[in-house]
Amino acid sequence: MVRLESVGLRYDRPWDRAPDHPGDRAKPGAEALHGLSFELPGGAFRWLLGPSGAGKTSLLRLLYLAVRPTSGRLSILDTEVTTARRRVLPRLRRRIGVVFQEFRLLPHLSAFDNVALPLRIAGRPEGQIRADVSEMLHWVGLAGRLDVPPASLSGGEQQRVAIARAVIARPSLLLADEPTGNLDDPQAERLMHLFKELNRLGTTVVVATHNEPLVARHPAPVLRLDQGRLVKADLAW
Amino acid sequence: MIRPRGRRLLRPAGFDELGLRRAISDRMLPFLVAAMGFLAALALSGWVGAAALANSWQAGAASALTVQVPQPGDPAAQGGGTRVAAVLATLRAAPSVAAAQPLSAGELATLLRPWLGAGADRLAIPLPAVIAVRLASGGADSDADIGALAGRLDALAPGTLTEQHAGWMRRLSVLARSLQACAGVTLLLVACVAVAVVAVATRAGLAARRDAIEIVHGLGATDGYIAGRFAVRATLLAAVGGLAGAMVAAPVLLALANLAAPLAGAAPRPTMPADILTALPARLWLALPGLPLIAAAIGCLTAQITVRRWLRRLP
Repeated sequence: MVRLESVGLRYDRPWDRAPDHPGDRAKPGAEALHGLSFELPGGAFRWLLGPSGAGKTSLLRLLYLAVRPTSGRLSILDTEVTTARRRVLPRLRRRIGVVFQEFRLLPHLSAFDNVALPLRIAGRPEGQIRADVSEMLHWVGLAGRLDVPPASLSGGEQQRVAIARAVIARPSLLLADEPTGNLDDPQAERLMHLFKELNRLGTTVVVATHNEPLVARHPAPVLRLDQGRLVKADLAW
Repeated sequence: MIRPRGRRLLRPAGFDELGLRRAISDRMLPFLVAAMGFLAALALSGWVGAAALANSWQAGAASALTVQVPQPGDPAAQGGGTRVAAVLATLRAAPSVAAAQPLSAGELATLLRPWLGAGADRLAIPLPAVIAVRLASGGADSDADIGALAGRLDALAPGTLTEQHAGWMRRLSVLARSLQACAGVTLLLVACVAVAVVAVATRAGLAARRDAIEIVHGLGATDGYIAGRFAVRATLLAAVGGLAGAMVAAPVLLALANLAAPLAGAAPRPTMPADILTALPARLWLALPGLPLIAAAIGCLTAQITVRRWLRRLP
């Protein structure tokens, strides 16, 4: 499903770094990740833990194909990413859902259009999109807010739109970066139940967080990073 | 883009996920492309006009001699006929002459119209007979032959002038071809500037919408999908600009054609629609509607190439 063999990541080019990722503090030329090796079987759930600057966001960026490793071998959903041709990657990205810490919604689109975007990019028929997106937004409790732009939604509502967008295309791999950062405890619990439900249905889920109490309430194997190295993997919490 | 829920049966035609309607302004780009279109129309008319001149001058150079016979009706110095008949007979008998044809009164009037007006033939000015001579290929270039022929003609009808145009016709023809080449180079430059203008606008759009592009790219959009969005916008704006440029250029070209008409031997154009249609050469009428199409093609291709090259920096 996901396999890393001695994967390293170095940000050599300025545009490789995402300025809107506050957790990504790597400097150009610095090695953000060193020699990561681990494997996630299909249907796995992993917490991704570590202090700020440990490389959590960099690892997630590798997994959602925003960057390619500079060393080692990375295989995602049975595709060898390190050597894959560039034109293969878009189709692979459509099978990966991502919830960003800062949501990354398109401000000029309504909640409906933001959630519909992955399906439109995939070329799904509009009739099906309409039904799926309406149902999904109803499920995350935003049935009455379809036509509202993100700026008019609360932080929690924007988070739910971002989650709906991440899961609308039924991804095989779901990645979340500090997904509870803008949610109160009841909302965070609700989100965890959603992730667990998707995981039960077969989606591989990786959640990066600082929220240790949340991790304690939902025990699962952990990937712990420190200074770009994996210090703990696949151990039960 | 916010729409009422009930009308979302088909994919919205104007779905603008990258926000390009704001990122690529619908004012500056069409205005600049319109200016390019206007310049292209002027250069194109210069090219067509120079080509027509070159062709007519080249055709003129084939009849390489003009012979003017003053007092054409008077008796010739030798033989029994009139001066013009004697000159004509001698010309037709000369081996270096392929054809000799006196201009009719009407042709003469047409020739003189730019200088003397429409009623030149009614003025009390003694007009010479003019004979257009086409030289045979081969010995036609020999200045000595022409000199000897001119001497014989002058002896037959004193005062007869023999003018050889081959030399200056050739020079005029080269000039016209050079003008045509300049117009062609201008067209090429205008197209290059249009490409640059669209490329700069596209790059500005890329810079303004970098976040949206990265999000859409991350959601699995192909390079073709993203480049297509930019290309649709650039094509539309360039076509609008090209159309505006062509529409502004058309009356200017008509006015220029109207000013040039008397010099080309035609009467000034009245304002009848049928005359307006014939005022410009057919090639220009075909080229003017082609301007928006070419502008659109430049917009589409430039945006596609610019965006695809930019996207290569993303994995």
